[in-house]
Amino acid sequence: MANYSGSLAIEVEDLTVAYRETPVLWDVDLNVPTGVLMAIVGPNGAGKTTLIKVILRLVHPAAGRVSIYGQSYAAQRRLVGYVPQRGSVDWDFPISVLDVVMMGRYGALGWIRRPRSKERTLALEALEKVGMEAFAARQISQLSGGQQQRVFLARALVQDAQIYFMDEPFQGVDATTERAIVSLLQELRAAGKTLVVVHHDLQTVIDYFDWVTLLNVRRIASGPVKEVFTEKNLRLTYGGRVAFLNRNMHEHDETQTVIDRPDREGDSPNRQMRD
Amino acid sequence: MLILELGRDLIFDYTVRTVALGSATLGVVSGALGSYAVLRKQSLLGDAISHAALPGVALAFLLTQEKTPLVLVIGAAIAGWVGTLLVMSIVNNTRIKEDTALGLVLSVFFGSGLVLLTFIQKMPTAKQSGLDTFLFGHAAALMERDVITMASLGGIILIVMQLLWKEFKLLCFDSSFGASLGFPMRILDVLLITLLVVAIVLGLQTVGVVLMSAMIVAPAAAARQWTDRLGAMVALSALFGAIAGVSGALISSSMVHMPTGPTIVLCISAIVVVSIAIAPNRGLVWNWIRSQRERRKLQIEVVLNDLYALASQHTDLQHSHSAAVLGTMSVSYSNVRISLKELASRGWVENVSSDGWALTPEGIVQAQQIAHRGR
Repeated sequence: MANYSGSLAIEVEDLTVAYRETPVLWDVDLNVPTGVLMAIVGPNGAGKTTLIKVILRLVHPAAGRVSIYGQSYAAQRRLVGYVPQRGSVDWDFPISVLDVVMMGRYGALGWIRRPRSKERTLALEALEKVGMEAFAARQISQLSGGQQQRVFLARALVQDAQIYFMDEPFQGVDATTERAIVSLLQELRAAGKTLVVVHHDLQTVIDYFDWVTLLNVRRIASGPVKEVFTEKNLRLTYGGRVAFLNRNMHEHDETQTVIDRPDREGDSPNRQMRD
Repeated sequence: MLILELGRDLIFDYTVRTVALGSATLGVVSGALGSYAVLRKQSLLGDAISHAALPGVALAFLLTQEKTPLVLVIGAAIAGWVGTLLVMSIVNNTRIKEDTALGLVLSVFFGSGLVLLTFIQKMPTAKQSGLDTFLFGHAAALMERDVITMASLGGIILIVMQLLWKEFKLLCFDSSFGASLGFPMRILDVLLITLLVVAIVLGLQTVGVVLMSAMIVAPAAAARQWTDRLGAMVALSALFGAIAGVSGALISSSMVHMPTGPTIVLCISAIVVVSIAIAPNRGLVWNWIRSQRERRKLQIEVVLNDLYALASQHTDLQHSHSAAVLGTMSVSYSNVRISLKELASRGWVENVSSDGWALTPEGIVQAQQIAHRGR
């Protein structure tokens, strides 16, 4: 397998996206080094999902350039895996868990060729990694939210990619599944993969991720969590809507850092926070 | 006897055989493709396409002064296709939602089709008669060469479906994931809809503009009830379409003044009703049985719980109480007696006097467990 370490996994330059007249992303520059586990955080409507979709060429930008390992997405798409939002598909579709996971091989299979026993084996292995092998023959409507998420994850795993984009993989997932997914993501990073994850829970950013991008239409900050996940940047990202941030919950309760609401505009102090 | 006669007609009677074969072909193709339309929540698209085809038929006649099926069908296909593209572009370029766009295109195209047909009827030539059969279809007029055309176009559709099986599956289930893999989902979308247009146009002569969408939606809706696999659903849907086509053709041929198209639609409707009622897992009957079972279980637990609550007032938890007292605590008195008998057969309560019921030691354990669970 080619060695991608050291180079930039993703480069985004001057990216602007607008839906009708409203800008969704404005002049975003972003460099993501290889081998990081990166969270994209920001308030609702900040353009997190759009950023991923532009990189994957699912949404076309008004301006700007995206490259994956220095080349266009079209040239590098075999290196990219994608986990869309769980709610983006119809979970009553007549298809089995195994069939969904095998879809991850469709890109490698190309036109017309159907998945065979090799694809089946790969899909079963991926299901085993996410602890879902017992569900292979089930119809997808019989799954819980966390199980659906793990099936999507397995589908991305069989893509055998170098860079993974995941849109809210923790959404609607119980605590146990969340831990399982996190350790899987960290395993992937340890194997040299680059992961970009749209994330909602500020409380867990420090625990789960080593790199973070703060986004609110513009890119507020991007870099190692230790350097850029600061009160100042969070306030810039969330504006008045951040009531407090329990940053060090994994240490001691006394060391909580509290950010006061800088203004009174926010409608609900806890809107963006899970606490 | 009737069946035998119909069977003989099917084999030896040229007209019956032609109509039955044509209807079966139509049923297979529209049933198979309809699965995708239903799964993509585009059931109404079929209706819009078939209605939009009508002005195409009229214009084709006006332009060519020809009434050969091929010319009219090509006109229908072009109009149906233009109508569909119009729906897609309205949805993509305006704030109008898909259902409204479908309604708009359907009514505007169908309306102009009717205007054109009326205009054609008033023309001084006699050539125009018969064009209005496209409204409700005229299967009896099917000829062998029509059936051959239907079968070859239908065959092409099925072959394309077979070749692009995985691509269409991807399109229907998760098209943005498909796009991230590099498949041109827009093109696949237009291709699938084009196949749908062709399938619908094939059926216009037989079933007509007004009822054609039933042949797209109904077999697929029925098939979905019976299976959780896409392959099985498409195959079943095609089979249901074929059964409806053949039986509709035979029924209408065996009775005087029975129109073929509407009879086919009635046959597929019957299949839908039966499927919605009795299909395992998804059928209404099964749902009803399941909910009755749940309800019984709950009623039994409530009675056991009530008896335990009453007994808790006494030092002896096996103190007996009358069914009448339990009845006042419950919604339905008769259900209390049934529940008590069920509990007695499980050995959780016993009938200690004529109307007195008491918990057994096992019943006390069960009641405590239920109370604990409820907390």
